[in-house]
Amino acid sequence: MNNTYYGNLIFEHSKAERVGYSLPHNDCGEYKMTSLPANLLRTKEAELPEVDEMTVVRHYTNMSNNNFGVDTGFYPLGSCTMKYNPKINEEICALPSFTALHPLQPSSTIQGALEVYYNVQKALSEIAGLSEFTLNPFAGAHGELTGLMTMRTYHTRRGDLKRTKVIVPDSAHGTNPASAAVCGLEVVEVKSTPEGTIDVEDLKPLLDDTVAGIMMTNPNTLGIFEKEIPEIAKLVHACGGLLYYDGANLNPLLGKCRPGDMGFDIMHINLHKTFSTPHGGGGPGSGPIGVRNGLEEYLPNPRVRKADDGTFHVEFSNDALGSISGFFGNFGTVLRAYAYILSLGKENIKMVGPLSTLNANYIKESLKSHYLLPIKGVCKHEFVFDGLCDKSTGVTTLDVAKRLLDYGFHAPTIYFPLLFHEAMMIEPTENESKETLDSFIAVMKKIADEAVSDPEKVKTAPHVTPVRRLDDALAAKHPIVTYKELIEDTTCTRN
Amino acid sequence: MNYKYFPHTEDNIREMLKVCGVNSLDDLYAEIPDDIQFKREYDLPSSMSEVELRKFFKALGEKNKSLTCFIGAGCYDHYTPSVINYIIERSEFLTSYTPYQAEISQGTLQYIFEFQSMMAELTGMEVANASMYDGPTATAEAMMMSVASARKRNRVLVSSTLNPNILRVIETYAKFHGVALESIAEKDGITDKADFEAKIAQGDVAGVIVASPNYYGILEDYTGWADTCHAQKTLFIMNCNASTLGAIKTPGEWDADIAVGDAQSLGLPMCFGGPFVGYMCTRKSLIRKMPGRVVGATKDADGKRAFVLTLQAREQHIRREHATSNICSNQSLMALFVTIYLSLMGKKGLREVNELGYSGAHYLAEQLTATGKFRLAYDHPFLNEFAVTTSLNIQKLQQKFIEAGIFGGLQIKEDTILFCVTEMRTKEEIDQLVNIVKGETVNE
Repeated sequence: MNNTYYGNLIFEHSKAERVGYSLPHNDCGEYKMTSLPANLLRTKEAELPEVDEMTVVRHYTNMSNNNFGVDTGFYPLGSCTMKYNPKINEEICALPSFTALHPLQPSSTIQGALEVYYNVQKALSEIAGLSEFTLNPFAGAHGELTGLMTMRTYHTRRGDLKRTKVIVPDSAHGTNPASAAVCGLEVVEVKSTPEGTIDVEDLKPLLDDTVAGIMMTNPNTLGIFEKEIPEIAKLVHACGGLLYYDGANLNPLLGKCRPGDMGFDIMHINLHKTFSTPHGGGGPGSGPIGVRNGLEEYLPNPRVRKADDGTFHVEFSNDALGSISGFFGNFGTVLRAYAYILSLGKENIKMVGPLSTLNANYIKESLKSHYLLPIKGVCKHEFVFDGLCDKSTGVTTLDVAKRLLDYGFHAPTIYFPLLFHEAMMIEPTENESKETLDSFIAVMKKIADEAVSDPEKVKTAPHVTPVRRLDDALAAKHPIVTYKELIEDTTCTRN
Repeated sequence: MNYKYFPHTEDNIREMLKVCGVNSLDDLYAEIPDDIQFKREYDLPSSMSEVELRKFFKALGEKNKSLTCFIGAGCYDHYTPSVINYIIERSEFLTSYTPYQAEISQGTLQYIFEFQSMMAELTGMEVANASMYDGPTATAEAMMMSVASARKRNRVLVSSTLNPNILRVIETYAKFHGVALESIAEKDGITDKADFEAKIAQGDVAGVIVASPNYYGILEDYTGWADTCHAQKTLFIMNCNASTLGAIKTPGEWDADIAVGDAQSLGLPMCFGGPFVGYMCTRKSLIRKMPGRVVGATKDADGKRAFVLTLQAREQHIRREHATSNICSNQSLMALFVTIYLSLMGKKGLREVNELGYSGAHYLAEQLTATGKFRLAYDHPFLNEFAVTTSLNIQKLQQKFIEAGIFGGLQIKEDTILFCVTEMRTKEEIDQLVNIVKGETVNE
């Protein structure tokens, strides 16, 4: 990693007259933008960098060296399912026969793309045990929002206008309550039992005719399967509500259990988690939503339909809840997921759940002597430690996480879920070998030992990363978010 | 088993199960009630080898028809420099997660900082976020941001000259979010100023949304609009096609409060409509109302300059239902795409792209009208996209285009079609299109 000479911003390489592009000549004659009314043109030039091509290549290549990815090392980030992103998927989604398509082309010229869309929604329906999917949502949170819109549309079309509340467990991902708020729903929290699952007795009094539905993750964010789900489904349906399944934790259930069979009515799937598409530093993701029989008509426009003659076409339906995307969602991501599904096939998809669950339980059992395991028993794809067993050293979960970076591992998800003070949520995926897990376990134990023998070393970690621990408070108190602000300010002068 | 993405040997599984204190993989699922366990095989195809996958997708791709694109309408066929795909496919960028662990994510954090800087420059605004999903959802977020910024107001006015793709999305969000969305009428292809003034005068308007260029490619004149909005404490929101901002008057210069739109036009492949990347820029004073991630500069323990996710107290993972938005994953990799594009093109390249599009579009418009079969639909200035009316049978004309391998003439009204010309189109291609038109006869 090199962050001394190459630690510049691209703007700091800029020199007037340098160019990094080549464009065709204008052969259409003397039409000039100067003919446009002057008050419609920009007067001040955009201060974009002026750099040559190789400078750009070196700049971004060197920046990439300051990053950690799944291809760099083990990434046990709980609830994020950092599985391997197969290379063949990248090859498939780069095929010009797909990337050159304009989304408004007539159906007859996009049959291949529509077939991909249709077949992926079919495959997801089978895996989820639901009736139909839309692939339009761009990400998990966007899927949640679309799912809740579907839920509200279902109620309002039936004239049931009182249902404005959605029940969310206190252990839920933050996007659940946030999506409910964007959708105009009021959030009601349901408590967890000491075992980490939904407290059915706490749920019962909340269920009345103002409830639109409940949002759940199963297994939940502690990696515990909510085995009361058939009872919960019965109770929620009896009060007229619907069940929404947050698919962030779907991975351990592949081959073993389907949300539709558990009684869920609507769900989203994160293709960038369960279906191996790369996270890309935070996106693009893809958050298809599926619904059970009877809710299909509300799915957003546009929809892809298959005619009796086997051809595909695009439909805009008046019954739909509306549109939630400009076109067909992150189609490139859908292509990758399709390649993944076909590569695994039915023989291997069913092994994803058991192997990811095996890996999680193996780490949990191997480390519970050193890290505090608040919830015992078999977990699914992930589990939560409440910091080190030995709290006397003052070494926190944050310190352990930062020290892991020194050893070449990504940190687990930390301080989430909020049920424990020192939460450390660990999720290894099915792609990790026993050797990798063993080396992670060894390092975690070593850090636990260091916490006793040399706590300062852990508290001041990381030591060998491209930068050291950052001053978050300074960034928030005094936000500098553009290069222009940076050069006008001396707080963050480059050293 | 022995599948390439699973490293487990039979021995591994046996040893690991022993550590876990269970006898079989099935035992790991013992707590799941029997009647909801999935016991049959998935009704899915069998595993394909890489050779089979390549053949399969090649055959599927051949069912599509790549056309010479003369249509924009929210998705533009621009030049993609070769460099970009090589860099965004670098594993360290591609396979990383959201940069929560800043010490090992400086690559991502730095390009987001550069992206924010470039988008702020391009729009003439003070600050930008780390990206939105696409232009339409970014516009919906701006609508909700205006309502959240203006206490107790929920009216938002939106011009009818926005792309209907955007209108459909903001209508959906408005319906569920409880925003009273009202449209400002269109008059001769532009937003009706009198209607705007009448509606805003009624009061309680949180935001006004307009577009530039609008759906018909027209560069509307918004002189005085921001002042009218600000007099009412209303936010003025502009939706702009990012590429055109290299040439046309910016939201900052129009004194807009929020600039949003799609940055797909900055070299991203059309890719059947996604992944694209939405952007949002605003005033510094509104930064804490902004949705999505923001990267800021700071120092590390050694005093070295570094970058970090900041102002996270706005976001869903901290604020839950009180967050400014529910957005979590965004379009980060596409933001990197745009950042590299703008680095390569620089201010000169982007101006040249616009100059070429302007030239090609005006040449095509002149050639089409010269046939006598088309008239410019509106008498307003345009850049690279324009609407024409015709007495020709539009379906038949489009079919002729398709047969010749051209995608042109998007029907937007009964007698009106839309064309777009970017730097990708050559004079030969334009002449070919015009020749097809010449061969068509009226009312056939």
